[in-house]
Amino acid sequence: MDLSLSTETLGDRTVVRVGGEIDVYTAPKLREQLVELVNDGNYHLVVDMEGVDFLDSTGLGVLVGGLKRVRAHEGSLRLVCNQERILKIFRITGLTKVFPIHTSVDDAVAATD
Amino acid sequence: MATVELLFSALPEHVRTARLVAAAVARRAGVDEAVLDEVRLAVGEACSRAVGLHASHGISTPVRVVLTEDEKKFSIEVADDAPRPAAVAAALSAAAGAASGAPRGEAVPEEGVLGGEDDMGLAVISGLVDDVEVTAGESGGLIRMSWPTTPAPEAA
Repeated sequence: MDLSLSTETLGDRTVVRVGGEIDVYTAPKLREQLVELVNDGNYHLVVDMEGVDFLDSTGLGVLVGGLKRVRAHEGSLRLVCNQERILKIFRITGLTKVFPIHTSVDDAVAATD
Repeated sequence: MATVELLFSALPEHVRTARLVAAAVARRAGVDEAVLDEVRLAVGEACSRAVGLHASHGISTPVRVVLTEDEKKFSIEVADDAPRPAAVAAALSAAAGAASGAPRGEAVPEEGVLGGEDDMGLAVISGLVDDVEVTAGESGGLIRMSWPTTPAPEAA
């Protein structure tokens, strides 16, 4: 399965819904999407990972890159994920301490720091 | 003798194929269903790393994946042809050893780890796989991983 991406604006948050597999081949598409959103002035991103079947370290690298970009504009990047196999990768790499991870898009959109 | 051997051009689009083949052979070999996600991820990380190394060294040879089914374990070897100076090879192997020896779930990535996707891939492999060996030399590198194919008997 390839990568699918769609975006939606909810208040001051931009939700990026990701589906399929994020790996060394597809991660550049996600990177382009995040870069474009930040370049267009969207600094509060919510990345919905509920439709993601596979995530590897290349994908993690893209998400970390996205976080760096929004933070440069005092923005935020929140993740939505309930899938244990995806969460495990964040735990192994210690990234659960880096990303706020929410159980629903509503929760992520409502969250403040 | 290898159960299945796979050679693929060092291009990102073929890594998914390697994951699918490895998972299919692992399932057939009797690797627990719950562990197949780990096999898929670990082989994907190893292959992504090999593809990246071939690209950065301008190497046109394919990446080699050897899947071997033994009586009690299923092994995967991912080999690249990117030469490393001896010092780098020693540091790599020490880093992989330290990471795999660390208690699970307690590894916190340093800035340097996040800075290199190569290192993050190794960190994921070390965190996922109990039996892993990373070696590298002047003729290339090898990541060897294995998983048990029969569950340990439950203590009564």
